[in-house]
Amino acid sequence: MINFLLFPILITFFTGMILIFFQKNIYLQRTISLISLGVATICALFVMLKVQRDGIQSVTFGDWPAPYGITMVADGVSTLLVLTSLLLTFFITWYSFGSIGKEREHFFYYPGVMFILTGVNGAFTTGDIFNMFVFFEVLLMSSYLLIVLGGEKKQLRESIQYILVNIISSALFVITVAYLYSIIGTLSMADIAMKITAINQPGIITTIAVLFLMVFGLKAAIFPLYFWLPSSYAAPPIPVLALFGALLTKVGVYAIMRTYTLFFVHDIAFTHQMLLIFAVLTIIAGCIGALAHFDVKQIIIYNIVIAVGVILFGVAQMNFDGLEGAMFYLVHDMIIKAALFMLVGIIVYITGTSDLRKMGGLMRKYPSLGWFYLIAAFGLAGIPPLSGFVGKLLIVQGGFAAGNTWSSIFILASSLIVLLSVIRIFLYAFWGEEGQTVQIQEKTYKQLYYPTVILVVISIAYGVGSEWVTPFMDSAARVLTNPSIYIEAVMKGAQP
Amino acid sequence: MKVTKLKTNDLILQFTAKIVFFIIFFFSIHIFFAGHYTPGGGFVGGLLTSSAIVLLVIAFDLKTVRKILPINYMYMTATGLILALATAAFPIFVGKPFFTHFFDYFNLPLFGKTSLHTAALFDLGVFLVVVGVTMTIIQTIGEDE
Repeated sequence: MINFLLFPILITFFTGMILIFFQKNIYLQRTISLISLGVATICALFVMLKVQRDGIQSVTFGDWPAPYGITMVADGVSTLLVLTSLLLTFFITWYSFGSIGKEREHFFYYPGVMFILTGVNGAFTTGDIFNMFVFFEVLLMSSYLLIVLGGEKKQLRESIQYILVNIISSALFVITVAYLYSIIGTLSMADIAMKITAINQPGIITTIAVLFLMVFGLKAAIFPLYFWLPSSYAAPPIPVLALFGALLTKVGVYAIMRTYTLFFVHDIAFTHQMLLIFAVLTIIAGCIGALAHFDVKQIIIYNIVIAVGVILFGVAQMNFDGLEGAMFYLVHDMIIKAALFMLVGIIVYITGTSDLRKMGGLMRKYPSLGWFYLIAAFGLAGIPPLSGFVGKLLIVQGGFAAGNTWSSIFILASSLIVLLSVIRIFLYAFWGEEGQTVQIQEKTYKQLYYPTVILVVISIAYGVGSEWVTPFMDSAARVLTNPSIYIEAVMKGAQP
Repeated sequence: MKVTKLKTNDLILQFTAKIVFFIIFFFSIHIFFAGHYTPGGGFVGGLLTSSAIVLLVIAFDLKTVRKILPINYMYMTATGLILALATAAFPIFVGKPFFTHFFDYFNLPLFGKTSLHTAALFDLGVFLVVVGVTMTIIQTIGEDE
């Protein structure tokens, strides 16, 4: 089955189309969505195991030879990310049942989720730079739908900004790809990597590297380009926010990771130093935002920015430890961010407000929620043996190995600020005098509670069981540190 | 005093639209089939067809056109997507890479020797998607006064 690696993408795509026909029947939509997400997750798991056993899988569309057709590549990096995003969407969709509201479910919420997932997983899997642009568009179109769905005043205002920023960045993306094509003359990523090596990356290619950082930086929300993120992400309801926070910025991070380990590897002194500086600045900006706000959503949203910085810091080290750490941290961050947004969503549901100062004393009535929140918060900050620890440890190890002592110490110090920012939510919301609460339905609370708790448990398992995850991370890091593995796997069927 | 709304007399527009609709529609089909070797294809064909329908909307109004063509354009889009994906996914079942297309020459009555491609089915999907999406947009914008 040469096409097996496409199944996780195709299943969600096909489901999205089918769901359009059942616009009126919400229960059928819910059932079909969950079943297909489950099946797609299992497929993704098998693809990952197959890649681990037999090496990188690739298929070139239309039976064309490799550098001419569009190639889809499943390697250690992409399979891990595809599996994680499918798993998360499963729980977020389950969580939506109780929180998204009938109104939105009638207006193509579930097809939107399916199409966004198609775009995200396609972007992770594709081996063609222009095709990556296409999948970016697929996920952006669906995200436009999800961000504006419901039509509240706040959503409409923020969606204009969101759409504008993304249209500009998409235009820049095409322009950058056109620049690259005019110099290199190919779009297949493996072929580009080979040809850049052949001409030894002259200055013009380094310029394109900076442009790519700008394009993907807008999506990934790195330092000065993150300005749109906090207000736009706060507008849609919690499940959509969880989906965006867990997946969308990570696609940008993945794209930076891929281009900066596959294409632009011959002038590391400039490109990766620049990446390092931006990563550190991103962390600083995120920390300031996370401490400044009293809105629970904003605090977690600014933590997205911090995490992007940490991951890119790992990428900037360009050694095995740093990249393995970046992969570990990327997957950890996807899981924990989804979990945290879902937890925060429950808190907002109980208290009816997202302002910390009006909350308090939830510990008395919802002790288990409080403890699970505390675990997730510790996991985010990277307290061993929870999930953030291994990734951060490896990233810092990589940083020391590459000689970036001070910035590595800074990364460690930033963990304390992350911890402080999320513990503040715990202190305000769960401890102290009893604050504002609203009347809630026990059934809805359960619908929100179970998927969230399972996700927190998964994040604990990811941290405690990192021994079992390590082989997969190793193979991902091997592909990233050694681009020739990727190139050979894609080009093996090509004519010279 | 009762104010009666002045009735606009668009007899010529309506009469012409009825004829021109078919001219545009058949031309769009011509463009659709021209698409494989020469400029054209599902996308342009779809746009032309929807422009023909839009002409009817201008000459009459949305309600009348909905009565003439009682189509749920949402479902039309979904059908088109499924058709396109199914054509692209078909090679999976015969062990070829995704998107592989097949063609052969057939002797059809009336047409003579004709080459038939599976790519045309994919294009039909694109055609349906384009018409569906365009008409959905126009109906949605046209509905709120």
